[in-house]
Amino acid sequence: MDMLISIFSVALFASTIRAATPLILAALGGIFSERSGVVNIALEGIMLIGAFFAMLISYLGREAGLPPLASALAGAVGAMVFGFLISMIHAVVSIRYRADQVVSGVAINILALGLTGFLLQQIFNTSGNSPSVPNLPAAPIPGLASIPVLGPIFFNQPPIVYIGLIAVPVAAFVLFRTPLGLRIRAVGEHPKAADTVGINVFRLRYLGVALSGVLAGLGGAYLSLGQLNIFTEGMTNGRGYIALAAVIFGKWSPWGALGACLLFGLADAVQISLQNAGVNIPSDFLLMLPYVLTLVALTGFIGRSNPPAASGVPYEK
Amino acid sequence: MTASQESTTTVKQRIMTVVAPILQQLFLPAGAIVLSLLAGAVFILLIGKNPVTAYIALVQGAFGNLFSIGETLENTTPLILTGLAVAFAFRAKLFNIGAEGQFLMGALAATWVGINLPMPAGIHLLAALLAGTIVGGLWGGFAGLLKATRGVHEVISTIMLNFIAIFFISYMVTGPMKEVSALDIPQTARVLPTAQLMKIMPPSRLSAGIIIALLAAGFIWWLLWKTTIGYEVRAVGLNFFAAEYAGIRPNYNMFLAMLISGGLAGLGGAIIMTGLFYRYQHGFEPGYGFTAIAVALVGGNNPPGVVLAALLFATLSQGALGMQNVAGVPQDTVLIIQALVIFFVAAPQIVRAAPDWWAKRKAAAAAAAEGAQMEGGTA
Repeated sequence: MDMLISIFSVALFASTIRAATPLILAALGGIFSERSGVVNIALEGIMLIGAFFAMLISYLGREAGLPPLASALAGAVGAMVFGFLISMIHAVVSIRYRADQVVSGVAINILALGLTGFLLQQIFNTSGNSPSVPNLPAAPIPGLASIPVLGPIFFNQPPIVYIGLIAVPVAAFVLFRTPLGLRIRAVGEHPKAADTVGINVFRLRYLGVALSGVLAGLGGAYLSLGQLNIFTEGMTNGRGYIALAAVIFGKWSPWGALGACLLFGLADAVQISLQNAGVNIPSDFLLMLPYVLTLVALTGFIGRSNPPAASGVPYEK
Repeated sequence: MTASQESTTTVKQRIMTVVAPILQQLFLPAGAIVLSLLAGAVFILLIGKNPVTAYIALVQGAFGNLFSIGETLENTTPLILTGLAVAFAFRAKLFNIGAEGQFLMGALAATWVGINLPMPAGIHLLAALLAGTIVGGLWGGFAGLLKATRGVHEVISTIMLNFIAIFFISYMVTGPMKEVSALDIPQTARVLPTAQLMKIMPPSRLSAGIIIALLAAGFIWWLLWKTTIGYEVRAVGLNFFAAEYAGIRPNYNMFLAMLISGGLAGLGGAIIMTGLFYRYQHGFEPGYGFTAIAVALVGGNNPPGVVLAALLFATLSQGALGMQNVAGVPQDTVLIIQALVIFFVAAPQIVRAAPDWWAKRKAAAAAAAEGAQMEGGTA
């Protein structure tokens, strides 16, 4: 019992939020992309690119004499820019050239692995870890951070965590309460119908993929600059796929994905604190949980999860 | 026209009717490979290195001596099998992203049998290979079952099954199957000699597994084109509803396709363990199942093509280290080239447009040169 109390502490929930943040950002990106009709298993690669360029730009900022915080912020912005750029390859290949979107996503993931390894070797002459760079420290929100329990969990975190949490209601509002969101969903459900009423299917799909690039890129930046202060080769380590699982488990809705990401984040945090506490429970089964739950959700025995109708289908005028 | 001339033209025509479709089939993958190597050369130029030197170092790294040839072929073996796995599923219009998980589960199963079920030599090896094939097949077949009975998209289910496999194996290798030793290394014990594949090209580590892989390619070719099973699987892939209307059970065939696909990947894993590593080490994730997607695409989902494509990608990865050591070009360049090959094969319009683009550029250059000449003439 004492052990349980020591594990389910404020620190555990704070670390749940931190573990969930990159997943939330990438999952929101995935939702925009898939809702517009483009399957996005490239999230993993986009996050990796984001993580790398966040580190690189923060490094270059420091070399250029910028203060640490400015370097790190520039890194986060750079991650979004490069996330956007890499996602555009996916967009052009799968929207303009109507390639199989899964194939293109696989290629993006391999490309990201190759490109980041290539640049790491070329720029820093190392494989494995980058040098340490200025990162984004926790930025407690004055007043709110001193609220007991809630303060340390929600209001004493690195800035990207706040962005991730705010992005959820914003994304939900845009998708379900604005004409733009209605159009994005329309081209993902029935592009032909949307086209007939004058909606530009291609433009909206590019937008959906671009948002996934920006958001997943920022999620990647959180890995290298929020959780750590270095880039490690292949550091996303399947988080892009967990985000994809969260999209499905959350039924392609931002709030649903938030719930899934928090659950997956909790599993991660419990696993880490169990290990730290030296408890001898095989952590592999906790790590397996997100994937098992998603599989169960997909089989429809517990509330069926259905993708947007035209997701994965290239549109031809 | 003399008789001899006439006969040569007909012979020529006859040859062309056979060769032309093959050339046409080869155009896309060959074009994709050429374009990707050119794009890779641009990357190499950008970092101030010589692409020709780099590519020569790559080829030498892969084929420079008997040892490296053997290693390249050893690398080809799992790629043939996982490539066949992805290709076979593609024939039923199923995208098996889970070849990696099926491969790893097969590897674990074969290792388990190789360690724990002592049997006479030969039979033991067969049992280990069979165990890998069956477990890999079940892992893939489960995704097929979910697709057939619950409509779960195989891309998502196989991605999930990949991770479930990885964590399950991690548990087994650090727990129940962990070798009892003073060193406390997270790995299994060694596969018994009775369950090890023969080395066929010392000093390289090439095992007889390559022969099994080639036999499997032949078998899958036969299965696809000469049997009812293959016919039905292809029919379901070409047109689900037409196949159903013709009395073919599409759901059963999708399950079967994933079962066979997983079995091939699992056999690949079994061969790696009984022929190369002999024990399962924690964290073993070679990524063959992902390269397999490129192999299947470049190979046109046809067994002979898959074998050639597997050799190509094995050459790239085997030569990469040589390229880094000799020419100073990061070995990850090879991954970039691999990704580009996939893009180009997936978007054939780019490859088809390339010769036109080149011709246009040449014409434009010629026109510009002519224009310059004329200007020179008037001045």
